[in-house]
Amino acid sequence: MTIEIVQIVGFALIATFLILLLQPKQPEVALLIGLATGAFIFLYLLAPIESALQLISSLSGQAGVNSIYIQTLLKIIGVAYIAEFGAHIARDADQEAIAAKIELAGKLIIIMLAIPIFQVLIETILTLMPRGA
Amino acid sequence: MAYDVNTIFQIAGIGIVVAMIHTVLKQMGKEDWAHWVTLIGFVVVLYMVATIVDDLFQKIRSVFLLQG
Repeated sequence: MTIEIVQIVGFALIATFLILLLQPKQPEVALLIGLATGAFIFLYLLAPIESALQLISSLSGQAGVNSIYIQTLLKIIGVAYIAEFGAHIARDADQEAIAAKIELAGKLIIIMLAIPIFQVLIETILTLMPRGA
Repeated sequence: MAYDVNTIFQIAGIGIVVAMIHTVLKQMGKEDWAHWVTLIGFVVVLYMVATIVDDLFQKIRSVFLLQG
């Protein structure tokens, strides 16, 4: 799977010109073209990301890292990407308030995902501390 | 790659044609019809884009282990 920067930039420029063309007459359709373009570029990038993630998880498996940590990390990255995507679309449509709420929801979900790891960390620290000192 | 560029052109084409029909109907004095045409064009484009975004979200969920 090779990914060409020229392809992606050309695609994005075509979409930009089409949006410029449609903006005065049909602002809704222009916004939807922007949304579709973002989705397509992300879809191209997902294949290399997937192979990189496979490399990371196989390396961590060799290093003996508990797979639950890597899984939580991947989930957090996925939630961050989706929240960012939605927030940017809302911001493109001049809905700053909705974008802020999407980001808030993303942050909250990330915190919820990170709680088990944090708990393990606290327990480790507590076992390291001398008792009754 | 080709399929995706075609989809973008398709959406933009629908937008341009709908804008044209809107202008023509407005010139003919049929304002309400013009609004309906715009609305239907928007719904069609929204359906196409929603399919693409659904595809993207499913892929992200499978790559980043977000099932369930």
